[in-house]
Amino acid sequence: MGLITTSRVKSPWLLHFDCGGCNGCDIEILACLTPIYDVERFGIINIGNPKHADVLAVTGPANHRNYRVLRNLYEQMPEPKLVIAIGSCACTGGVFHNCPNILGGIDKVIPVDVYIPGCAVKPEAIIDGVVLALGKLAKR
Amino acid sequence: MSLWQIILASILAIVVTPFIGGLLRGVDRKLTARMQGRRGPPIQQPFYDVLKLFSKQTITTTRTQLVLAYGYLLVIVATLVLFALGQDLLMVILVLGVGSVCLVLGSLSVRSPYSQFGGHRELLQMLAYEPILILVAVAIYLKTGAFFIGNILGQSEPLLPSLWVAYLAMLIALIIVMRKSPFDIAASEHAHQEIVRGVFTEYSGPYLGLIELAHWYEMVLLLSIISLLWVPGIWPGILLALFSFFVVLVIDNITARLTWSWMLRVSWIGGLGLVVLNLAGLHFFGG
Repeated sequence: MGLITTSRVKSPWLLHFDCGGCNGCDIEILACLTPIYDVERFGIINIGNPKHADVLAVTGPANHRNYRVLRNLYEQMPEPKLVIAIGSCACTGGVFHNCPNILGGIDKVIPVDVYIPGCAVKPEAIIDGVVLALGKLAKR
Repeated sequence: MSLWQIILASILAIVVTPFIGGLLRGVDRKLTARMQGRRGPPIQQPFYDVLKLFSKQTITTTRTQLVLAYGYLLVIVATLVLFALGQDLLMVILVLGVGSVCLVLGSLSVRSPYSQFGGHRELLQMLAYEPILILVAVAIYLKTGAFFIGNILGQSEPLLPSLWVAYLAMLIALIIVMRKSPFDIAASEHAHQEIVRGVFTEYSGPYLGLIELAHWYEMVLLLSIISLLWVPGIWPGILLALFSFFVVLVIDNITARLTWSWMLRVSWIGGLGLVVLNLAGLHFFGG
């Protein structure tokens, strides 16, 4: 791997967006930052600004209310960028599937690189998913 | 200094400083993580971050902002070269302020309210630390009779024993310049608070990289000014600067962010008060 690719893989800054899930997955994402899992040791920072972010981590199903917000956040992120769908709702719509206000998984709105199923997702699974996504980034 | 010495000193200052600054930032993140009971990123993490930022796509909000990002870096580098060449300390401090003004103008040139708020707060931060630094320069002048760094370096005995009160005020200025808690009001350390990332919100990709680089230069410059307080020999000054750096990290980890009015109170009443006390002491008792 070249120096630039190494830097990209070693410093993914993460933007977290809740599309309207139950907050279970969001709490698991925050659990990744605690001393037990400490994702900052891989250079991952939870950053609340799309213009600085490399990875968009989305929880909850895409719905009519906020799919424009989701698309807007995605478009504000500079390339190269990755999207991770965290939890069953973000992957397929989950328990909200076929509800009148729900579009389905977030892949109905923006392209998704990695799906992490689970309800709620375990922090270990989230870390695995981010590592998988970074593997895809290295090959780009 | 001959011409060649001047060129050599400038190149050395420009090339070596980013490595020192980046390493200090890495140590900062590692120590912070350890104080919080985490493992923390590797020491070279800031270099990964900046290289990544340089390789990202450029998103232009306004062209003015891009020019001012370069301006910020160039002015700060110029300040550091002035310092390395042993020029006027007052000049160094005031030109440092010009650099921050570039950053503020850049953040005010876009419409984002977060960026605007950050810009205003950055101005308040400058208002808080610049007077402290200028008065410290005056205190150094009263003690040594020189504003020129070259002459201050020629002192035979350390300044700290007679300027330790002013040193305490410089720690406040160091916290503000390093954007650390309790005074990280212009650019909150992590961007999920009320002003997102403040002044930095609208800078992205390579331009955020430039600003991070400039921040490294700025930090090293302020630590160098602190190291002037113990000049005979090079190591005591460096140790003093590293000790101050560590104290700032400890303060960062044990305090929460204050509001801007608190910052002005602490830096003007506390910081300026301390330096004025020191000046009075130097004036009436001669140190």
